[in-house]
Amino acid sequence: METTSKSAKFYLALVFIVLYTPIIYLIFYSFNSGGSMNSFESFTWEHYAAVFSDTRLIMILLNTVIVALLSALIATIIGVFGSIGIVFMRNKSLRRSILSLNNVLIVSPDVVIGASFLILFTAIGVKLGFASVLISHIAFSIPIVVLMVLPKLQEMNSTLIDAAADLGATKRDILTRVIIPFIKPGIFAGFFMALTYSLDDFAVTFFVTGNGFSTLSVEIYSMARTGITLTINALSGIVFIVTLLLVVGYYFVSQRGKNPVGMGVRK
Amino acid sequence: MKEITRAAIAIVVVCIILFGVNNYLNQSSGNAGNDTLTIYNWGEYIDPDLITQFEEESGYRVVYETFDSNEAMMTKIEQGGTSYDIAVPSEYAIEKMKENDLLLEIDHSKIPNMSNIDPYFLDLAFDPKNKYSIPYFWGTVGIVFNPALLDGQSFESWDALWDPSLEGEVLLVDGAREIIGMGLNSLGYSLNSTDEKELLEATAKLKELTPNVKAIIGDEVTQLMINEEASVAVTFSGQAADMMWENEGLDYAVPEEGSNLWFDNMVIPKTAANVEGAHEFINFMLDAEVAAQNADYVGYSTPNTAAVALMDEEVTSDERFYPPEESRENLEVYKNLGLEMLGKYNELFLEFKMSSN
Amino acid sequence: METKTTKTFYLIPYYVWIALFVIAPIALIAYYSFFDLHGNFTLENYLNFFSSVYLKLTLSSFWYAFLITFFTLVIAYPTAYLLTKTKHKQLWLLLIIIPSWINLLLKTYAFIGIFGLYGPVNAFLNVFGIGEKQILFTDFSFVFVAVYIFIPFMILPIFNSLDKLNPSLIDASRDLGASSWTTFSKVILPLTINGVKAGIQAVFIPSLSLFMITRLIAGNKVITLGTAIEQQFLVTQNWGMGSTIAVFLIIFMVIIMIITGQRDKGATSNGNNK
Repeated sequence: METTSKSAKFYLALVFIVLYTPIIYLIFYSFNSGGSMNSFESFTWEHYAAVFSDTRLIMILLNTVIVALLSALIATIIGVFGSIGIVFMRNKSLRRSILSLNNVLIVSPDVVIGASFLILFTAIGVKLGFASVLISHIAFSIPIVVLMVLPKLQEMNSTLIDAAADLGATKRDILTRVIIPFIKPGIFAGFFMALTYSLDDFAVTFFVTGNGFSTLSVEIYSMARTGITLTINALSGIVFIVTLLLVVGYYFVSQRGKNPVGMGVRK
Repeated sequence: MKEITRAAIAIVVVCIILFGVNNYLNQSSGNAGNDTLTIYNWGEYIDPDLITQFEEESGYRVVYETFDSNEAMMTKIEQGGTSYDIAVPSEYAIEKMKENDLLLEIDHSKIPNMSNIDPYFLDLAFDPKNKYSIPYFWGTVGIVFNPALLDGQSFESWDALWDPSLEGEVLLVDGAREIIGMGLNSLGYSLNSTDEKELLEATAKLKELTPNVKAIIGDEVTQLMINEEASVAVTFSGQAADMMWENEGLDYAVPEEGSNLWFDNMVIPKTAANVEGAHEFINFMLDAEVAAQNADYVGYSTPNTAAVALMDEEVTSDERFYPPEESRENLEVYKNLGLEMLGKYNELFLEFKMSSN
Repeated sequence: METKTTKTFYLIPYYVWIALFVIAPIALIAYYSFFDLHGNFTLENYLNFFSSVYLKLTLSSFWYAFLITFFTLVIAYPTAYLLTKTKHKQLWLLLIIIPSWINLLLKTYAFIGIFGLYGPVNAFLNVFGIGEKQILFTDFSFVFVAVYIFIPFMILPIFNSLDKLNPSLIDASRDLGASSWTTFSKVILPLTINGVKAGIQAVFIPSLSLFMITRLIAGNKVITLGTAIEQQFLVTQNWGMGSTIAVFLIIFMVIIMIITGQRDKGATSNGNNK
């Protein structure tokens, strides 16, 4: 590998330390026998025990994960096709207007999005709950997917497509064998950022949920008035560790038996 | 392409599995009763054991949903889409909900435990004869302070906050009614004032407070005061109680010029699907033992006299949180001033906030 | 041409989304913006916006969004570049994203603790004899936490552009005697400009409407247009005024899109799909 210099390593290490400090801080206090995130009293597992005895909380966590994964997946599919459509648009001003429309939901404050979606759903008659939350999450995640996929599409050389077409590839082949493999990093980026959007959202979910359906964010925000319990810290700690293990585990399993470059290369 | 398809399929499979687990949990935790009762409340604002107890006694399955502000809750109820059977708004919100015809009348004959409530908290201006609402918790707005970080100041008067020695030490609650109201109170005016001159005077006085203001924040104030990040905070008594529970060095005072008296009451929104169950629940929550247990858990002041009698003397004799009737005289309940006036208050508050930068 | 119809078929969900979840809400917002508290038609909201308070808010929103975007870029670009040089770069990239999956409010509370007078940062400063500093409720802490939130959104697109960069181009540039700076500004940066633009859009645009951390971390000493809209919708219940501000926010966003938009020649060649 290229020599990653000492200062480069130091810089990266610093970035990672800053990114993980708040999370370590949260997990540290999840072992605090004192009831809150200050003055560590003594070590305890009680908050973890509380997580497992609280089925309502676990169900909310599962809901959150389901909504996040499904909405990110569907938003990615819609967003990828959308951005391919945008890039191949010939009319420049039309392309520009669609791109601007695409970003409206990113600039709009959550409260506005939430309130207008709520009006929309009640007008159409969608029952508030899982479906309305899922649809909203898909809706506000699409623009970030498009934003992440577009640069890859723009970098794609049109000669590549022309060459494939000259070789007799159908449009479908061009899509699945040329375009999609090329923009794959953008697709993954879009998917992961959509996950982030979904997991973080409070305001939109709050407005469009109902009939007992809730997500972790809604739960956490509404606890703020009386104080967020350390059970939530413990839950976040568990989620964090499990995610970390899954990601690292998956990465090394997928590395094995594949070429060393992994995700970057199409097989 | 293959890899992407595989990833997509994996996600779908994981979701299906999680869905299954969720369903299983749902069935194993959901009790026999098919009838549900949906409660809409602040987070952590009820002892969860009481919900279980109510489910066992009544046979209803309770769905518990949470909100983080009165306004957001009202928007949801107004738009419909969910049938909330019980909600717990603050008093000014109740007035608005009444105006917008969002509440059902409560049938007092189904709530025999209402006799447990201190008559002082009944039949108030925001809901005459308690036609629409039953008191849940109550409290005041006041000043939490940390004597160890101060040199002997006391906070019998709002003016104490303006003391130059408190530079950069004061935390304020992020609420237009609370802060403009504080300005009005400190000048001896009513916190429900709609007099332009009084309001401007109050804003001008507040602007002089800016050197002392450390931050204008919401619920985070609890954590900050416990951590001794600041020595003084203007906040609600409920949160003050939370802070003092964690940090015994803190103290709470309600200035003598007057302050706000607030209520969170149980109501039955118009969208309710289980009106019968809602009455049962309200009656259950008013039971002396239940209310005492709930007040112990939440830590706010209960209006339930029968419950107070059952609670720890040390808590209920604390005049900071259970002030005797004679010292409640200067306390005022917020009146609904109408949207126009509320806009005015917020405009002045925004002006104050921008001057604190 | 039946392939033509299949192509538009794939695009249907995207257009449905635009119609239902973008155009419909915009129409709704635009409609509300013409009404006052009593439901009467008025242009007053628009006049109101041009009062000093909202212009000041607009300026300060842009200023902070600029600061946030600038620092995010300055930190993210080298990070993305160095990440592409590591072994297991895909794994490291994922590890950059994972922290963003933990609830934001919780992380913000953690920051309140970390930046607090008795928090680890001040303890650290004390060790070095600098003494306690008020960090919370300052511009510094606000920009810091905002950058923290947005950093993955900047790193990802830049990483993706850098990753495919042909190392031989850089070698060639070096061999031709170009300095590191020339190589960067003449070779690397132009080739990654699309990623950078995407990152800037993904950070700048939402920064304009940041609201939660303006209160939690900046103690309402920073007020953005997003905060003002939230107040108008929820507290004041003046949906008309809130919508008006939202309309302006959307107009600002469109202007930014036009500025950062596709002026480069690359786009034209992409636009042509023959």
